[in-house]
Amino acid sequence: MTHYIPVTDADRAEMLKAIGVERIEDLFVDVPESHRFPPLKLSPPLSEPELMAELHRLSELNAHARRYSIFLGAGAYHHFVPAAVDQILRRGEYYTAYTPYQPEISQGTLQAIFEYQSLICALTGMEIANASHYDGATALAESAIMALNVARNRRKIVVARGVNPQYRAVLRTYLQGLDVEIVGDETPDASIADALNQVDEQTALLIVQNPDFLGRLRDLRGLGAQVQARGALLAVHFDPIALGLFQTPAEAGADIATGEGQPLGLGLAFGGPYLGIFTTRQKYVHKIAGRIVGVTKDVDGRMAYVLTLRAREQDIRRERATSNICTNQGLMALASAVYLSLMGKRGMRTVAEITYQRAHYAARRIAALPGYRVLDDQPFFREFVVQCPRPVAEINAALRAQGIIGGYDLSADEPQLGHAMLVAVTEMNSPAEIDRFVAALAAI
Amino acid sequence: MNNEELPIFTYSQPGKIGVNLPDASVETTPLPADLLRQDDLAGLPELTEPEVIRHFTRISQRNYSIDTGFYPLGSCTMKYNPKLHEEAARLPGFAAAHPLQDEALSQGALQLMYELQRDLAEISGFDAVSLQPAAGAQGELTGILVFRAYHRDRGDTQRTEVLVPDSAHGTNPATAAMVGLKVVELKSDARGNVDLEDLKAKLSPRTAGMMLTNPNTLGLFEEHIVEICRLVHEAGGLMYGDGANFNAILGIAKPGELGFDFMHYNLHKTFTTPHGGGGPGSGAVGCTAALAPYLPGPRVRQREDGRYEFFTPEKSIGRMKAFHGNFGMLVRAWTYIRSMGAAGLRKVSETAVLNANYVRVMLKDIYPQAVDRICMHEVVLRGQIAGAPKDVRALDIAKRLIDYGFHPPTIYFPLIVPEALMIEPTETESKQTLDRFIATMRQIAGEAIETPEVLHAAPTKAPVRRLDEVRAARQPILRYDAAAISRLQSES
Repeated sequence: MTHYIPVTDADRAEMLKAIGVERIEDLFVDVPESHRFPPLKLSPPLSEPELMAELHRLSELNAHARRYSIFLGAGAYHHFVPAAVDQILRRGEYYTAYTPYQPEISQGTLQAIFEYQSLICALTGMEIANASHYDGATALAESAIMALNVARNRRKIVVARGVNPQYRAVLRTYLQGLDVEIVGDETPDASIADALNQVDEQTALLIVQNPDFLGRLRDLRGLGAQVQARGALLAVHFDPIALGLFQTPAEAGADIATGEGQPLGLGLAFGGPYLGIFTTRQKYVHKIAGRIVGVTKDVDGRMAYVLTLRAREQDIRRERATSNICTNQGLMALASAVYLSLMGKRGMRTVAEITYQRAHYAARRIAALPGYRVLDDQPFFREFVVQCPRPVAEINAALRAQGIIGGYDLSADEPQLGHAMLVAVTEMNSPAEIDRFVAALAAI
Repeated sequence: MNNEELPIFTYSQPGKIGVNLPDASVETTPLPADLLRQDDLAGLPELTEPEVIRHFTRISQRNYSIDTGFYPLGSCTMKYNPKLHEEAARLPGFAAAHPLQDEALSQGALQLMYELQRDLAEISGFDAVSLQPAAGAQGELTGILVFRAYHRDRGDTQRTEVLVPDSAHGTNPATAAMVGLKVVELKSDARGNVDLEDLKAKLSPRTAGMMLTNPNTLGLFEEHIVEICRLVHEAGGLMYGDGANFNAILGIAKPGELGFDFMHYNLHKTFTTPHGGGGPGSGAVGCTAALAPYLPGPRVRQREDGRYEFFTPEKSIGRMKAFHGNFGMLVRAWTYIRSMGAAGLRKVSETAVLNANYVRVMLKDIYPQAVDRICMHEVVLRGQIAGAPKDVRALDIAKRLIDYGFHPPTIYFPLIVPEALMIEPTETESKQTLDRFIATMRQIAGEAIETPEVLHAAPTKAPVRRLDEVRAARQPILRYDAAAISRLQSES
């Protein structure tokens, strides 16, 4: 009846007999009779070729990077994904395995996660990383929960305006039951110094993002010490590609550093699955949420990997766990480990350089257009704000007709900037594509 | 499976690179010198593409997986992951679409999400579905936040307790705690159901709701489910359904019709999206019309002109994550439902339950069933073999199974069953496979009596043998550190 179910009718008859019931329905007598076997109103099933045709049809109703030039970022970036990354992800040994609770037959997953943790530590300069969260937003929210557990009795979180507005929304969702005050992002022009000024003896954590949501690079050196002097922790939300060139969260003195790992070989995927990167200091290892892989030996003395420090987790500690997280983004952590291994130190630096250079090239060209203004008074990395002569929605509609997905419309998040577009440029935007984008803007 | 492979860092050589990148090809802008990192990325390895591929391929072979063998891991629904789904999720219109591109440019993705919302609601008997949560635990967090918002919206602020059975997954109590609510544990009765008297005693005006897995973690359908829901509702509470075991009841029963107010689906269990070695999953949630206004956004709806759009419910608790959920998982789940249809889904659950009961009757004379009843999609046995030494434990049986080429069942869960062996065969296993497994389990029982040392020494045929987990925790090495690893290896 279906090609995924290998039990034949003859098997079924034999098995029912062994069980001691006559019909399959007899196995469901515990289900209240009036609720048993409800009809399901679903579309009739499709064969595999029919289904693939329908999937093709649906997928081609979407714009995508093979048909459009993408200058949209705002938390999801069109970076290069080496073919080798997906070839590893397609290995059934990885993607059809469960969480590595049986270490003797899960050394592949465990070693890959250990290497992921190690690569992330190298990239960020931080001391320890866990095996991942759902995405950058939830990693950031978990940083607040961890800080509240470290700085007990402190019930305030200060979050800078420069943190991605969706992330700030998730932070508020996560903490709504916990009697915690979240401040710091009310004023549009608030600087990091302004946010720091709100860190007081009630504050558990200051959260900043670098580069910030508008793409601006901040000099955060010394910030950690200033925050810690007030008895609070500092969390820096970083961009993993920017770390190919720019200051690490460790250099900022961060106690916690979180990131969205999507640019590390994951593709856009209409928003997920992505990768929540979470790192902290060694001294907080018992406060961290989620899974962690460590090294040990087997009884024969062979080096081996294992999930460790498990007493923090929900299946052991239940309501006293550091978080409820169980399933994470393991396969995406593998993808980023493969990506970082392929890139290495030279590749990461190069991708960051091309991104930086092309973004600045695009910004210069756009700034020269009449009616457009680029906010470039501060250094930026990949994204920059363009103030436009007309509403961004209108401009983007015109760009669409030319096969271009324009930048993020800031009118809802940062209305004080006027008709402002957040433009993202990566190594995937060729100079010719940038020129076409600029010409299209000029023609609107 | 015995490809020993050194940490990737040990293969690094200066100057190597594994990618072929373009030149910037634009007039350069000076870098802001004071903002540059100071360490030159010293810790990242340098390798070529063939070296990286060989490394990750070799270590992949040190994994057990569904594609390589039977994986009867209870509560985890390790069913086959169809290959079509992998192709589907990689179509460029899904894999290379930007989450914030205009809705007019995303109609295919939105239609898919809309249809998945609709179908999940139909399969479970709910009125509304949000696809946003990334995993089951996040679905739970969503549900308990919705319960809290619902009560508060009605001015009902005294409801601070969540009832959780003693057989529940750890995520249930951990979730309640994350929302600042108190966990009240419920006892199970002799037939493996929630103890109704204990429930009645613990329901109160403080009850925000109850979290229940049905079928429960003993693999049993709650015989008093309608009564439980009624009692909780009478007390003013709400019923949360943990959908971890939904694979047992597709087309068999609808949680919304049984009286649940809210539940999460584990798309990575019931709806075949791969477990990925720990994730990603998808913890989409469904609920009644009364709770729908509180669901996280964005959800998808169809406009009168037939087009699809995102919307956020009026009293939404907010967003659970950035963007729209683990979309790639949604594509796979949609594809699964479209390939199975209503009759196919019922066949899934019927066969999953048939397989579990077959294992049950073929093993329970040796491995006593925790509660002797017809089970649903999984069976919980006790690893207490008559005539075997007391120190033969569930762990030993599990490890010995590895030597015979099987993944062990879940062990020591649920916590209320001593030496629990929780076996979930799923519907994608043949009778031949089950018979081999049954024969092996019986053989191991014999070994437990005759040669228990073989079980204690197991596994001997895996890439590594039993690990020193105490050392891993006491002297943690959590990132590559050549000196620490060398010290570890030099210890006797």
